[in-house]
Amino acid sequence: MRGSVLYDVPGPRARARNRVLSVVGLLLVAGLAWLVYSRFDAHGQWDGAKWKPFVQASTWTTFILPGLRSALTAAGIAIVLALAFGVIFAVGRLSAHRWLRWPSGVVVEFFRGIPLLILIFFASYGAPFVLHRDVPALWAVVFGLTLYNGSVLAEAFRAGILALPRGQTEAAYAVGLRKGQVMRLILVPQAARAMLPVIVSQLVVLVKDTALGYIIAYPELLAQVNVISANFSNLVQAAIVVGAVYIVVNLALGQLARLLERRFAPGRLSRATVAAQDAVIASTMGRAG
Amino acid sequence: MQALLDNRDAVLSAFLLIIKLTAVSGLFALVIGTLLAAMRVSPVPVLRVFGTGYVNVFRNTPLTLVIFFCYFGLFTNLGVRISDDLNRNNYWLSVIGLSVYTASFVCEALRAGIQTIPVGQAEAARSIGLTFGQNLRLIILPQALRSVITPLASVLIALTKNATIAGTIGVAETASTMRDLINDNGDQVIAIFLGFALGFLVLTLPTGYFFGWLARKVAVLR
Repeated sequence: MRGSVLYDVPGPRARARNRVLSVVGLLLVAGLAWLVYSRFDAHGQWDGAKWKPFVQASTWTTFILPGLRSALTAAGIAIVLALAFGVIFAVGRLSAHRWLRWPSGVVVEFFRGIPLLILIFFASYGAPFVLHRDVPALWAVVFGLTLYNGSVLAEAFRAGILALPRGQTEAAYAVGLRKGQVMRLILVPQAARAMLPVIVSQLVVLVKDTALGYIIAYPELLAQVNVISANFSNLVQAAIVVGAVYIVVNLALGQLARLLERRFAPGRLSRATVAAQDAVIASTMGRAG
Repeated sequence: MQALLDNRDAVLSAFLLIIKLTAVSGLFALVIGTLLAAMRVSPVPVLRVFGTGYVNVFRNTPLTLVIFFCYFGLFTNLGVRISDDLNRNNYWLSVIGLSVYTASFVCEALRAGIQTIPVGQAEAARSIGLTFGQNLRLIILPQALRSVITPLASVLIALTKNATIAGTIGVAETASTMRDLINDNGDQVIAIFLGFALGFLVLTLPTGYFFGWLARKVAVLR
């Protein structure tokens, strides 16, 4: 056991106590598991016919994988657009011109402060009245995801740029670069590299939020639960399997983010990464960092 | 604008429902999350594994799926019924979903808070002879609580916005109210959207500023 702030390396008495606590903990967990098991049993949820579809390849190829692909498509398009949105508004918010800084700030604060579902509903139900044409569910989802995550990334980007060592800016000015050049050639590329882990972690949020598409009938992964259970009347099982798919995909993305953090943000860049991560944590607050 | 004013009772009760969902789920999430955090930092492996598993499962599952499962899984298929009144039943199923989901984020915020404390603080405390209880009460918790204000406030604000997902299982909250208003008043779409957006900004921005101010006021300088 590594050193912890909370307790010392256990001695004989502490070890004995920990063993007792282990047994108690094990009993509690087992009790919880039994509760779930018996509830499932009472409602016939262990019936083999309900689980069998998930060991058949056709269930995966006709329902789950296409659903996953739709979810990843929405997340993929949205992350690219959100990145562009994020860079533009981060640079806008760092601008020396007040007429650029203020509107950028207002836009970012606005989209961070309202629920994603409100944005998606606006695009899906409201926009057709304004545009006089239907908005496909995919684009309603992408619209919401882009504006919300773009605003979060804008704040992360801004924090990342601000956390770069001052010497970078000073040296750039010293060799005669102009304001725009300093931002474009020196600061943004370095911040972008430091941002890579943050972007991938944000992808986890995006993938999870594509599930909101289910509410406006976008045929993503969660929507497949209904389709599967309509075929095999096994909603509980389908929800569990689909949940597991989400978890596996997101854990893999999280792992990738940690890997990138170690590889791409060593030394001086890591300060910018940490600042950007803090900005994401604080991003739902009224102000960053 | 007119549509919002004409339906102000529905709009206000929708926002009131969001506040209620946030407050009740936030309270449950705080309790469950604190227990989970205690498990994750405990010296007992079984509890640590359970805590880690819980957090990994709920942090990586979409909230929409969690709430979907609370309704169609727990209620429809597994017969978990909280109230005979359908509205109350849906409300409490949403509270369950929001609580168990948010608890994993509370747990991580608390755990991160404990980890920001340098080990030297506890070692110094032990070396001057403080007991475990004194160490926790006088040294660790005061520092940990200050550093978790920002992340916890962030979780609270996210919860406020997430509460809209309760609308998917028939709770008459803001998002579904907005959808109905839009469908009935196609000529006032922008005003309706801005009205609801403003309502959320009124809820989330002051909360954020208050906790941001509080966090800076009590911050530990290192």
